Amino acid sequence: MGAKMNERVEVKKTYKLYINGAFPRSESGRTYELHSKDGTFIANPCLASRKDLRDAVVAARAAQSDWANATAYNRGQILYRIAEMMEGRIDQFAAEISLLDGISIKAAEKEVHSAIDRWVWYAGWSDKLGAIAGSTNPVSGPFYNFTIPEALGVVGAIATESKSLLGLVDVLAPVIVSGNAVIALASTRAPLPAITFAEVIATSDLPKGICNILTGKKEELAPWYATHMDIDGLDISGIEDPSLVAEIKISGAQNLKRIHAFEGHPSPQRILAFMESKTIWHPIGV
Amino acid sequence: MTTFEYAPALESRSIVTINPAYGHFINGSFAEGRDHFPTLNPSNEEILSQIALGDADDVDAAVDAARVAYQSIWSKMSGRDRGKYLYRIARIMQERAREFAVLETLDNGKPIRESRDVDIPLAAAHFFYHAGWADKLDYAGLGRAPHPHGVAGQIIPWNFPLLMLSWKIAPALAAGNTVVLKPAETTSLTALLFAEVCQQAELPSGVVNIVTGNGQTGAALVNHPGIDKIAFTGSTEVGKAIARAIASTSIKATLELGGKAANIVFDDAPIDECVEGIVNGIFFNQGHVCCAGSRLLLQENIAEEVIAKLKVRMAKIQVGNPLDKNTDLGAINSREQLNKIQELSTVGDTEGAERWSPECQLPATGYWFPPTIFTGVTQAHRIAQEEIFGPVLSVLTFRTPAEAIEKANNTPYGLSAGIWSEKGSRILWASQKLKAGVIWANTFNKFDPASPFGGYKESGWGREGGRHGLTAYLKSIDEEIQNGGENE
Repeated sequence: MGAKMNERVEVKKTYKLYINGAFPRSESGRTYELHSKDGTFIANPCLASRKDLRDAVVAARAAQSDWANATAYNRGQILYRIAEMMEGRIDQFAAEISLLDGISIKAAEKEVHSAIDRWVWYAGWSDKLGAIAGSTNPVSGPFYNFTIPEALGVVGAIATESKSLLGLVDVLAPVIVSGNAVIALASTRAPLPAITFAEVIATSDLPKGICNILTGKKEELAPWYATHMDIDGLDISGIEDPSLVAEIKISGAQNLKRIHAFEGHPSPQRILAFMESKTIWHPIGV
Repeated sequence: MTTFEYAPALESRSIVTINPAYGHFINGSFAEGRDHFPTLNPSNEEILSQIALGDADDVDAAVDAARVAYQSIWSKMSGRDRGKYLYRIARIMQERAREFAVLETLDNGKPIRESRDVDIPLAAAHFFYHAGWADKLDYAGLGRAPHPHGVAGQIIPWNFPLLMLSWKIAPALAAGNTVVLKPAETTSLTALLFAEVCQQAELPSGVVNIVTGNGQTGAALVNHPGIDKIAFTGSTEVGKAIARAIASTSIKATLELGGKAANIVFDDAPIDECVEGIVNGIFFNQGHVCCAGSRLLLQENIAEEVIAKLKVRMAKIQVGNPLDKNTDLGAINSREQLNKIQELSTVGDTEGAERWSPECQLPATGYWFPPTIFTGVTQAHRIAQEEIFGPVLSVLTFRTPAEAIEKANNTPYGLSAGIWSEKGSRILWASQKLKAGVIWANTFNKFDPASPFGGYKESGWGREGGRHGLTAYLKSIDEEIQNGGENE
């Protein structure tokens, strides 16, 4: 359908991947077609490949330790900044969600509000994890002994198919707040809010490589996540097929990945599931 | 110069009575076993007793007993009363500590000094510590009224038989689970003596069940559909197999697996103290320790001095009869383990590392390996990568702190690490960088029930000990809701 003579021709967005702070196309050159409920063409998002995943893992690994060593206050402010950046794009997110999910703008706005509020909620956890999950341990001897929670490392996160924005935030925020780097796989059915969200990340002072977002097929990519030996943990909340879950857990056992799945509600357990406890002993003496 | 030799100071074994054969401990009493296999004293290859070889039927019976006990008694009992049973067990273990220590030394080969001063007191302490948790689960950090899983299947190794039993059983029972435990094939005797303690404590039947046997018995337990929670300590290979076995279930597993710990000595370390720490790190328990400091990383400028002092110290290590109170290094636990240590040490030779052991006379019978160090080891050597699980230390060097960390972390394992330095900020810096679950700074191989233990990466899943370890045996109400309120 062409534009009418006196109407402005819209500049349409190319939806690409988000890897290491840049927006590349899939190295495979593959895309898939996205249509709205009434069959209208919407976009050609990327079908990410195994190579795209591997590139993202390299970026994530390189960036992770600096992010984990940033102060908790700093990480909290950056997560809060993500919420600030989202606030200005409420209309854009709502339009994409409404278009793909076939729900009203009002209902879509509600999901965006929840997603923003969730970033604010998780942001506040950054400097409180040690208080709830750490301890000093009264051992029987002249030793000072304490336990601290630490980020796990590089985590893969498969977002849910429904709630294309909120489901993505649910697998991202609790993973990165503690100092992990993440490679998320967006909803296959509705990937546009995820890529728009990558634009938010790109303007939120989050170091490049910490949050990477792929679009593509779960059944194709999830097994590559599971076998990748430099991924330490997986949030597979977005995998529904029980046989695929079992396959992922079997492959993930090769390097004993920490594999978890959660229901939608926010919880500090979602953060702690992708952290390790480190216990340190030191003698006491003069 | 006159050399003073130690006169033998043998601990009497008259305190223990070993039956000629044992069955499984199921539902509060000893069941007859069908097939048996011998358990040996590894220091002289004497057959101590015949142990029942558990099969699928035995595991079935034990899981059934544990299920009935869980549903009818243990899950309904108040935390306060569960705690009292655990306190009773702790006290009886203390009362019978010498008996346990001698029996452990006979069956395992470890020096009586260690079983008497480390294994048994710590095992009792684990029960005492967790007894106090039983009525305080609301404060374990999982919200109000967390739930036990149900029946826990637990498999333990041979290096600290009774201590590993207590690491498993104490938190499971405190949290309200019942258990089926399989001891290691070569070290069942103290677990069977523990069964007697359960009887003396009048622990309700079926709350603790012990099925003896081999790897197949363990596999039958792991794959049993009646198990709600798995806890395993042992090799990384078996740990991965367990992770695969439960892939299509919602069962949670705690895995305490292998390690290849770096023990890092910076050039400002107090050398004499750290030589003691190195010896304790690798020769404690014949090096049969998953968290042993088996890779010594020395800063280059002090390497020569440390190695020279270490050799002098190693020459003083008393190797011999584990029942001798002067013995520092006992017997290797089994022929199989001895073969593995010999094989990897030979690989060390052929790959070009330099082997050194002090002069020491090894007994003619039994399984023995002298305290050994390899110098000139590089990161690519198998003895720098693979867990030897014996009294063999690989020595590497480094120039800068950053290089030390890089080498220390260059392993798929991440269980423990040691740091020796007089500089506080350097210790904390290194602690932050090391990918390991337990870090000993200016000490090594310290354990306590209040201190969480467990590894990063391929050293396992979860922690044991402290509040962190307890939570592995509980699930929050959130989790209950997620599972549709079902107890799986």
